[in-house]
Amino acid sequence: MPDRDIAVEVRGLDITLSRAGDPDRTIVENVSFAIPRGEVLALIGESGSGKTTIALALMGYSRFGAAITADSLRVGDMHINRLGQSGLQKIRGRRISYIAQSAASAFNPSRPLMAQVIEPLLVHHLASKSTAESRAVALFRALALPEPETIGSRYPHQVSGGQLQRIMAAMALITEPELVILDEPTTALDVTTQVEVLKTIKSALAHSGATAIYVSHDLAVVAQVADRIAVLNNGRMCEEGPVDQILADPASAYTRTLLAAARPEERPITADAEQSLLSVSGVTAGYGRVRGGTPANPVLRDIDFSLRRGAALGVIGESGSGKSTLARVIAGLLPAASGEVQLEGEVLPGAMAGRSREQLRRVQIVFQHADTALNPSHTVGEILARPLAFYHGLKGPAARERVGELLDLIRLPRDLAGRNSSQLSGGQKQRVNLARALAAEPDVLICDEVTSALDTVVAAAILDLIDNLRRDLGIATIFISHDISTARAFCDDIMVLYGGRVVELANRARFSGSGHHPYTQLLLDSVPEIDPAWLGRRGATRGPALAGPDAAELCPFLPRCPLAVTGACDTVAPPRRLRNGQAIICHRDWGDLGC
Amino acid sequence: MTGRFIGFLRALPGSGRIGLALVVLWLVTAVAGPFAAPYSPSAFVDRTVFSGASAQLWFGSDYLGRDVLSRLLWGARYTVFLALGAAICAVLIGTSLALVAAIRGGWTDEIISRAMDTLISIPSKIFALVLVAAFGSSLWLLLIIAAITYVPGNFRIARALAMNLIALDFVQVARARGEGTAYIARREILPNMIHPLLADMGLRFLFVVLLLSGLSFLGLGVQPPNADLGSLVRENVSGLTEGAMAIVVPALAIASLTIGANLLIDALKPGGRK
Repeated sequence: MPDRDIAVEVRGLDITLSRAGDPDRTIVENVSFAIPRGEVLALIGESGSGKTTIALALMGYSRFGAAITADSLRVGDMHINRLGQSGLQKIRGRRISYIAQSAASAFNPSRPLMAQVIEPLLVHHLASKSTAESRAVALFRALALPEPETIGSRYPHQVSGGQLQRIMAAMALITEPELVILDEPTTALDVTTQVEVLKTIKSALAHSGATAIYVSHDLAVVAQVADRIAVLNNGRMCEEGPVDQILADPASAYTRTLLAAARPEERPITADAEQSLLSVSGVTAGYGRVRGGTPANPVLRDIDFSLRRGAALGVIGESGSGKSTLARVIAGLLPAASGEVQLEGEVLPGAMAGRSREQLRRVQIVFQHADTALNPSHTVGEILARPLAFYHGLKGPAARERVGELLDLIRLPRDLAGRNSSQLSGGQKQRVNLARALAAEPDVLICDEVTSALDTVVAAAILDLIDNLRRDLGIATIFISHDISTARAFCDDIMVLYGGRVVELANRARFSGSGHHPYTQLLLDSVPEIDPAWLGRRGATRGPALAGPDAAELCPFLPRCPLAVTGACDTVAPPRRLRNGQAIICHRDWGDLGC
Repeated sequence: MTGRFIGFLRALPGSGRIGLALVVLWLVTAVAGPFAAPYSPSAFVDRTVFSGASAQLWFGSDYLGRDVLSRLLWGARYTVFLALGAAICAVLIGTSLALVAAIRGGWTDEIISRAMDTLISIPSKIFALVLVAAFGSSLWLLLIIAAITYVPGNFRIARALAMNLIALDFVQVARARGEGTAYIARREILPNMIHPLLADMGLRFLFVVLLLSGLSFLGLGVQPPNADLGSLVRENVSGLTEGAMAIVVPALAIASLTIGANLLIDALKPGGRK
């Protein structure tokens, strides 16, 4: 007789991948854990640690060619490993449900949301259509979705990413399952949205009383929602225990590494060279036909900043804020509609085609996705040798030697030069991506979200490397990121973009405590801390509606601003310099902002 | 060289080896066929038409009592060289135009794409009729007609492939570095689309065989008494009801050639060899 209070019991779980031609590979080995009824267990680990594989095994699902064996694999009174295909079909989506990472790809774009949310009830013949719909509306309300009565009639593209993720949670909870599996449900969201989604999912879970498994790589997020944490590394379990104990007193060395990587340590400010290297003034850019200096779809408006030689500037903003567009404008990939970019007092032509090879060499960009930034049909050596030949005319043995030096610089073994880029791991690819930019010996290095696709530990190593290299080589760096805590640790100055405008630009020392543009404050408040009490402590934020940058006359942050003044905030505020050196766009006085 | 060839053979899966064997067989036939033919392709060697296999006529006789084997050995060169040549030309021209259009974009793309659309809208048979009427039938003209006919189709596919690749960051990186169109096309894009392009070429090859036999039927193609493989099928079509070898053998010949070429192309793994 199974223990009534243990909702999920996993003992001796092995998952082995066997494919014709390859030797068998054990991807999960001897994993055991138990979840008390109504609690949330977090499975935490890097990509490839087997966390999703384990979670899916609880639905009796494995990838093609993988075999699940276990001494016990029990959810409630169901022994998953003894069920056949038809038995599994009966419980999937009914007694065990799943929330995927990318809500956008989990919904059918051509059916209204309601039809998809109630589908699990209808498929399993659990309720009539009208009962199902009223249950869905109740869930929409519980998940704090706007217009719960009518939101179901919209299509997936008509709601925001955070809303879609919550609607997927409604779909998972609608059958009142015993176990909910959440697979990185907030990873693809912006920080400010993530907090809202975390909050609502947490309370909806608590309300439903379901047991849950929360798969994540982010310790700070897990700290907010989980009761217990299981740490996984390479398919084995490092340790498992209550949240407080794992965070405060981790037993395994691996957990300590994870914890250290999640808390970036502050780097010293780069020595204050007052000489401006790159200056951007009055840049407006976007897409579509340009009329009178304004494009049809403006993405950036009136951007002004300067970058000192050897300094690091963090550019922070959520998706759609225009931060990648700024990188493209500086690199010349997108000519600005008006305004100019100067490099050491010399105006850079807007279009790349007008720039000299030397000008191109001095500004290098490292793209976010190393997977697509490296040509899969080239070897590492070829990738690194090209900028050497192109900018410096290096060929033959001299080029090979330099490629070796570059590999030393990014701390990869020299014999990797002969390897095809598609054979590298994510972290290695990002290093090669970085080395290619360094091969040009640039003065300005633009890093566009270079770590957001990487695991915490790998990302921390890459950030470390970039930081050390830029200091050693004296390269001025622009770090584009959505994560203000990373920028605070690594950058000298921080520029916050919202709706295509600079809402705040200041020295990083100013970015702690209060006294900010309301949006900056929201960003600062949204960075989860590795502290289970953080989410409860954090005050309410305004709804996540994003005003487009096209409303030229409106303060772009107005719909979300907690400090908006009716009347005054209907126009874009003039940029002002506060007394402590912060530049800010807001109608409010510094006193109101708490400076 | 031999070592590399053996390595290449080892890496090929079974189906690829069969494909390679068939392709080599047909290439050899195309070159040496006429020397091995027992009779003249236009000689009437049998009194009965559509006769079956015999010691003298291995593949029987055709609708006029000519030796099927000899006609096949002579006809193979038209199909192999004309069809292969036209398919290669179509892919080379179509892909080059596609790369220029995709990389340059804007007006260049617009002009090339619309020109291709215009070409698609001209029926190939009428196009061939006009050209043959103007210049008289010749092998070179047939090659040009077949190539031009299949350029737009290949252009469309290659442009779509290239557009997908251009959106990837490594092309942006190359652009940001200041690379020109030729480098981006040749080094960044082409290696990543070569496999689907080869598959497309295999398909075009088949289409050319069909087009050539269609043209022959209209009297525009390879002129009698010569005949390519497609024409051999066409001219013996009345033997179909009798199950004559004269129609089965050339049909099998076309099948083995096209299947062989496609098996070989499919076996060349993308990115597997440098």
